[in-house]
Amino acid sequence: MTLLALDWAIIIEKLILIVIIVLTTLLITLYTTFGERKVAAILQDRPGPNRAGPFGLLQPLADGLKLIMKEEIIPTSASKWLFILGPGLAMTASLMTSAVIPWGTEIHLFGRTIELQVADINIGLLYVFAVVSMGVYGIMIGGWASNNKFSLMSALRAASQAISYEIAMGLALIALLMSTGTLSLKTIVADQAAGDWWNVVYQPLGFLIFFICAMAECNRTPFDLPEAENELNFGYHQEYSSMKLGFYLFAEYVNMIMSSAIMASMYFGGYDLPFFDETTVAPNIAAIIGVGTLLIKIVLFVFLFMWIRWTIPRFRYDQLMNLGWKKMIPLALFNMLITGAIILSKS
Amino acid sequence: MQALTNKSIAVNRSPMTFWERLYLINIIKGMMITFSHMFKKQPTVRYPEQKREFSPVFRGLHVLNRDEAGRENCTACGLCAVACPAEAITMEAAERQEGEEHLYKEEKYAAKYEINMLRCIFCGLCEEACPKDAIYLSETFAPANYTRKGFIYDKNDLLIPNTLTNATELAKAKGVEA
Repeated sequence: MTLLALDWAIIIEKLILIVIIVLTTLLITLYTTFGERKVAAILQDRPGPNRAGPFGLLQPLADGLKLIMKEEIIPTSASKWLFILGPGLAMTASLMTSAVIPWGTEIHLFGRTIELQVADINIGLLYVFAVVSMGVYGIMIGGWASNNKFSLMSALRAASQAISYEIAMGLALIALLMSTGTLSLKTIVADQAAGDWWNVVYQPLGFLIFFICAMAECNRTPFDLPEAENELNFGYHQEYSSMKLGFYLFAEYVNMIMSSAIMASMYFGGYDLPFFDETTVAPNIAAIIGVGTLLIKIVLFVFLFMWIRWTIPRFRYDQLMNLGWKKMIPLALFNMLITGAIILSKS
Repeated sequence: MQALTNKSIAVNRSPMTFWERLYLINIIKGMMITFSHMFKKQPTVRYPEQKREFSPVFRGLHVLNRDEAGRENCTACGLCAVACPAEAITMEAAERQEGEEHLYKEEKYAAKYEINMLRCIFCGLCEEACPKDAIYLSETFAPANYTRKGFIYDKNDLLIPNTLTNATELAKAKGVEA
């Protein structure tokens, strides 16, 4: 039986890693909602939430408790099965990205070498791209199952927005793929750590395109049309209440953290701490420093997301589509062309 | 045409240049503005811990005054009720009995004195109308209540604490350290 002959310890090891990653992500997400409110407050010269606990630090717990305690309402005309599936799918799709992100190098524990990455698959970039496009299903199913025309309209807008920006995003990724020559995120990060420069130096335009598209994919302002509170009541999750609504809102923040992690890994060296020689410290400590570095990079990106949200107003829908199809896609194609030309001239 | 002030700026309607159409520079400028607000002083008064002072002319809750010997000034003449534009004041008069001279300043006093704080508009006309210096508006406001009845303040709520026996309560009623 070759099936049973596999190394069972690796399954346990990966399971523990998955649990840690998912729990940490959810905890960080919890505090990202708090951070968002604090950042918004500070940028607008006000103190922000400060009632629950010291500096309001217990606020996210209070918010979570409130959401759980609220009544679950499933509209009578809604398709019940899909209605419940929607938020779950949104959450799952946003958490799935974490599987291919290399959180650090490797830790030596109990005589084993533990990779700080759930799955080092050689199609990492493709996987990310596939999972990101899965996110549309959560939105679309939620909007459809609500049996509410406003929710449906909003879901349609969200879907068309996500699909439009995925094209430019994919083209930006292809340019990155051309310059790195690999689809594995682990190799991409390792190459950046070993090389002189991070990928953002080779792909500045690609990064900008990817960043804008990531913002659109996460439904963040200025691209938060799917949940335009003041125009379309609330958006695709209008009929949702209690923790199902919480899942949708939560998934957005998980998406934000995941795309920050992806951007940090692909363009900003991932766990690589600049101007620091990892070989001078013990490998385990180097790995922990790497994880910390990646987390700091994620936090900086999340702050950038929030900073942009509280600066720039929302796009009009035609402007959004114009930007996506007429600016981003040609620009990404141009970026691909330039990258190809440079690679050709070098060889 | 001559401009009235030098504040008006002519609108520039020339077509946007390439860099302006990119918007990136202006977005970064805008983000710098929001970033600079991180270091600005917050104008917030952190309410329950920190309170903003009332102005000295603030007209708040009424108090029924006493004289220096601690006797009630009010004689239930009804001038305040007449002056009241909101008809918030009702009272019933009673005659001072033998042995009550230390309680009431004059022969007639208010046995019942009620102000409906939901009707009251805090105009201060009662204060102006009173010939006996009996009613004053303090510097506190009516606290929230669960029922409408709770807003009808009777004499016990309104009467100022005795100057001689209870000085700290008096300061509280005046709203000095509300």
